[in-house]
Amino acid sequence: MAEKSRGLIEVRDFCLRYETMEGAVEAVSNVSLTVQPGEFVSIIGPSGCGKSTLLNALAGFLKPSSGRVTVDGETISGPSADRGMIFQQYSLFPWMTVRENVEFGLKMRGIRRGERERQARTLLGLAGLTPFEDYYPDRLSGGMKQRVGIVRALATGPRILLLDEPFGALDAQTRLIMQQILTNMWQRLKISVLFVTHDLDEAIFLSDRVYVMTARPGSIKAEIVVPLQRPRQPAMTLSSEFLGLRRGLMSLIREESIRAMGGEVSAEAMKGLAIDLEGQDLAALL
Amino acid sequence: MEAVAIRSTASSEPPLMGGGSQPALQSQPAGGRTHRWLRLHRAEFRATLIGLVSLAVFVALWQYLTANRITLYVRFLNIPTPVDVLGRAVIALHNPVFGDHVLISCRRILLGFLLAGGIAVPFGLLMGRYRILREIAFPICEVLRPIPAIAWVPMAIMLWPTNEGSIVFITFLGSFFPILINTLQGMASVDPVLVRAARCLGAREAAVFREVYLPASLPQIFTGLTVGMGVAWVSLIAAEMISGQFGIGYFTWEAYSLVQYSDIALGMITIGLLGLASSFAIRIVGRLVMPWVAPR
Repeated sequence: MAEKSRGLIEVRDFCLRYETMEGAVEAVSNVSLTVQPGEFVSIIGPSGCGKSTLLNALAGFLKPSSGRVTVDGETISGPSADRGMIFQQYSLFPWMTVRENVEFGLKMRGIRRGERERQARTLLGLAGLTPFEDYYPDRLSGGMKQRVGIVRALATGPRILLLDEPFGALDAQTRLIMQQILTNMWQRLKISVLFVTHDLDEAIFLSDRVYVMTARPGSIKAEIVVPLQRPRQPAMTLSSEFLGLRRGLMSLIREESIRAMGGEVSAEAMKGLAIDLEGQDLAALL
Repeated sequence: MEAVAIRSTASSEPPLMGGGSQPALQSQPAGGRTHRWLRLHRAEFRATLIGLVSLAVFVALWQYLTANRITLYVRFLNIPTPVDVLGRAVIALHNPVFGDHVLISCRRILLGFLLAGGIAVPFGLLMGRYRILREIAFPICEVLRPIPAIAWVPMAIMLWPTNEGSIVFITFLGSFFPILINTLQGMASVDPVLVRAARCLGAREAAVFREVYLPASLPQIFTGLTVGMGVAWVSLIAAEMISGQFGIGYFTWEAYSLVQYSDIALGMITIGLLGLASSFAIRIVGRLVMPWVAPR
């Protein structure tokens, strides 16, 4: 059973700098955030704001230049099966069947073949993936691959789940279904989730809280509590409450997206190509 | 709120034809299975048929040019006819010496190729994984690689105490570099997301190597093995022609010296068939080792 006391994520004054010829560049600056055990929290922000960087630090792939990143009070020293991660790119091992993929984490833990097969079968059954257990990933659709990816990450019973734009490559319809599947799984397991996305609707629909990040160097611009009740239904995305939240987030993120695009975008430029051609061909002008 | 009228097109329209909308696919004539099988495999039939016809035309042209001793600047005067070659082949198959030549060549290929694969694959995997090893070994490889295996013949004769040793060495050298380079390329093209995924699932260094890098590089390794096998034959035949006393390459060269022209063609065809068989064998092994790769 899930233990409620586990999975507290704390990020304190997280900074990430790297060296270039022009000197040190700050990619992420002074980010502090908390995910309570069993909470579903999203981070949204313009591209390049360092949200994935933050997730990679939590996964243990990189060390903060300064600040602290802890799970249940322990400083993260490297990747571990305690922290499951789902990537935007499909990351199933092509040479393993669906079941072997799900078994992988258990195998790394040294669990015997028979036992891990049993566990993988149970999990695949719960996820409704039994008919595909002997398929190679090549034969699965994108949504199916991500479902297997989630099951694989959950198989080792991690304390937290980190998702890096996991549905970014899926079509709109599949994405909605995947969001529903993810919330259902999360509600059953009560695991802490940190979800990175740039999709406002997705962030609101899934989360208890949403952090908005600024353009590079990324820092936390705002924190928004989503008061929508659980379980979430797709119809809620049309409620005035949802739309109100969406409007608020939209204005917050819009500013940052414009900044991320290189500063001021004038009203003229927003209209399109703001050149008066006076009937002339553009090619003739250039 | 604005009212949105959505009408379901499916339910509001009457069926176009009264109940007559059965799926067309199910209404196949009886005995359609064979038909369907033929239809589905039409491309393969076509390829096989055209291939056979084209081979037949090739042999017929050969027969015509040689039987009539045509000379079109290129001289077919002394070239054996396919019929002659077939006759020699029947004689050779009854002569154990010919079989020995083939067996000795096969043994040399097997030894040289297995040694090359057995060293180049692990070496390539390690070089691909550890930069220091790559930095040390790569310059040496780049200098040695462009030297054709045949150019090693004099050196090989000096290096190895036996003739056999030097021929196997030449064969080994021929296949070593294609295998090594392809293994390296396979390692370089391993998707880093897969490595990260494995590490997030608790895989340590050795496990990442065994469970991710190795299988991910396998398709490229097999490309290297196929190319390496081809070059191994090229090198072997050349070595046998220069310094051999046995082997199918020696047989072919000796036939020329002894004015046994039909045997030249027989030797060539045998080499072709052996090369074909060995690359086929590698493909079969590849398919067994990599069941996830769809056959092409």
